[in-house]
Amino acid sequence: MTAKLPSAPDRGKSVLRLSGISKNFGAVSALTDIELDVKAGEVVALVGDNGAGKSTLVKVLAGVHQPSAGSIEFCGQAVTLDSPAKALDLGIATVFQDLALCENLDVVANLFLGHEMSPWALDEVAMEVRAWTLLRELAARIPSVREPVASLSGGQRQTVAIARSLLLNPTLIMLDEPTAALGVAQTAEVLNLIERVRDRGLGVIIISHNMEDVRAVADRIVVLRLGRNNGVFTPESSNQELVSAITGATDNSVSRRHDRKAVHVQETHGGAE
Amino acid sequence: MSQNPSGSVQPMLDRGDERVRHDDSLAGMAKGFIDRVSAGDLGMLPVAVGLVVISVVFSALNPIFLAPNNLVNLLFDCATVGVISLGIICVLVLGEIDLSVGSMSGLSSAMVGVLWVNMGLPIVGAILAALVAGAGVGLVYATLYNRLGMPSFIATLAGLLALLGLQLYILGPTGSINLPYASPLVRFGQILIMPDWLSYGIAMMPGLIMIGKGVRRMRQRRAANLSAQPLRALILKALMLTVALEVAVFYLNLGRGVPWMFALFVALAVVLNYALTRTKWGRSMFAVGGNKEAARRSGINVRGIYTSAFVLCSTLAALGGVLSASRLASSSQQAGTGDVNLNAIAAAVIGGTSLFGGRGSAYSALLGIIVIQAISNGLTLLNLSSSLRYMITGGVLAIAVIVDSLARRSRVSHGRA
Repeated sequence: MTAKLPSAPDRGKSVLRLSGISKNFGAVSALTDIELDVKAGEVVALVGDNGAGKSTLVKVLAGVHQPSAGSIEFCGQAVTLDSPAKALDLGIATVFQDLALCENLDVVANLFLGHEMSPWALDEVAMEVRAWTLLRELAARIPSVREPVASLSGGQRQTVAIARSLLLNPTLIMLDEPTAALGVAQTAEVLNLIERVRDRGLGVIIISHNMEDVRAVADRIVVLRLGRNNGVFTPESSNQELVSAITGATDNSVSRRHDRKAVHVQETHGGAE
Repeated sequence: MSQNPSGSVQPMLDRGDERVRHDDSLAGMAKGFIDRVSAGDLGMLPVAVGLVVISVVFSALNPIFLAPNNLVNLLFDCATVGVISLGIICVLVLGEIDLSVGSMSGLSSAMVGVLWVNMGLPIVGAILAALVAGAGVGLVYATLYNRLGMPSFIATLAGLLALLGLQLYILGPTGSINLPYASPLVRFGQILIMPDWLSYGIAMMPGLIMIGKGVRRMRQRRAANLSAQPLRALILKALMLTVALEVAVFYLNLGRGVPWMFALFVALAVVLNYALTRTKWGRSMFAVGGNKEAARRSGINVRGIYTSAFVLCSTLAALGGVLSASRLASSSQQAGTGDVNLNAIAAAVIGGTSLFGGRGSAYSALLGIIVIQAISNGLTLLNLSSSLRYMITGGVLAIAVIVDSLARRSRVSHGRA
């Protein structure tokens, strides 16, 4: 079950290459001709409006949905991701937007779900120690790992889901809205963690609506709009450029407000920047 | 607890959060138990309350109820439906149901009669054939569920009728086959009793194992810098358990003693409990019962888990059928009909396995079936007609499900799902 491809490829080498990925749900095409490259040691941010197809793309890569067309190359080899188990075994770990935790099980059981230590006589002590170490690394504030996940808050659950994705030492890690429910310290910690993961030479795909978070960690920003690629940006790109790529309009409420602010700043500060 | 969180010594891994109250003392444990119960985590409480009420009521109505030999008979009866109930637990943990376990047990008892007595097959062959038939039926349910998306409720309801039909068909016009009294199968179901010394010895085992494993786990946890249950509480628990078991065995030995058939049932419950709590398979069962999609995304083979549960359930139902044939010394059209289905399901639910999936324990069959059989035994002693017995058993099942539903609602509001 650990039929891993060569893990942690050299920096700059392609980890993931998607070409022409399409996904139809009946008459609706959620994704059309998506191209995406992720290199080792690179953080790619996937941004777009609601319904742009970000989560669908993540689910395709996690093996939850099968693409209707297109090819996926992982670490230089063509692969078909026909089940979540396959994706996990290849080294693609995912933090889903709905977290996908079992509320009736405790934190340790959730972290190790499907990958328990010594399957015929579960090693609870070793798993609990590993769980605490992992949660410490994330600066998580989990009161007890032996309580069912149902008793945790939204942010704590999110931390558990992120910790779980790191457990298997993946090659590529995908985070769907990882900071949506997190507090200030935990958000900073997750962003630090993303940088640490990148420095270890893993590929990271992050989905977020928070442009500040995206700018802080991303090396490239890929914009999806209505299920299609709509440009690739760098963190230095202006907010206006990004927003217009996301919404598909150069003139909209966000850009107008931005203009108003810029004028206001110019008036008060005498035109600096 | 030599560690001092505020001092230079590093606190234990799991004691870093000051928001959590840790109930380590005996009083704290009692408080923890009360907290859990009021939050809807009832555990074995309904069984304990039920048994006390039943004993008081029935022994007041008929003193024979608590006589040692009546209790020995009770244990014989528990084993047949109890084994079926073990299988029911497997499907209930997944949030599914098997309504055909009664018919399956009837069919398997008919198969044993026909293959062994009428066709002269060796007895082991006949029993194996019945078990294989059970596994086959489970496989059919699993296929219907996994491939065609047929709800287990409907699939097994159809199975209930179809298997009953098959049972009547293979029994033929005579409708009943008597099994030879001197055969080992019938002796196992009616006569064979453990020697006294062995039963006392076995009653010691749970306490000893509890202490042995507890001490080992404590050492491991201390070595890994995790908190551990204090030794005092462990010894007290083990002592209480051992005394209770030894008293029970002593009382049964005043009569005929502990039936081997009941020992087989307990052994199966222990094995299933280990499988559910200490193996990856068991963890996956609870995960699928709790959140099927999350389990699938964790890489668990969800279809395989469903298949294993349905197959195990039907196979155990077939084994229960074999045991009931040996208990009754006959294979008849009545075997597996009537209240067998509901008793098996009610036993699991009364013992604390939730109908909603994701919660349960193999021991709930053990405790639940004692409650159910005690009621049925008490009603028989009162010479009540089966019409009244059905009504009362139906009422008990309804109460058990109501308790389950209310406890679940309470758990949800207390964040214990």
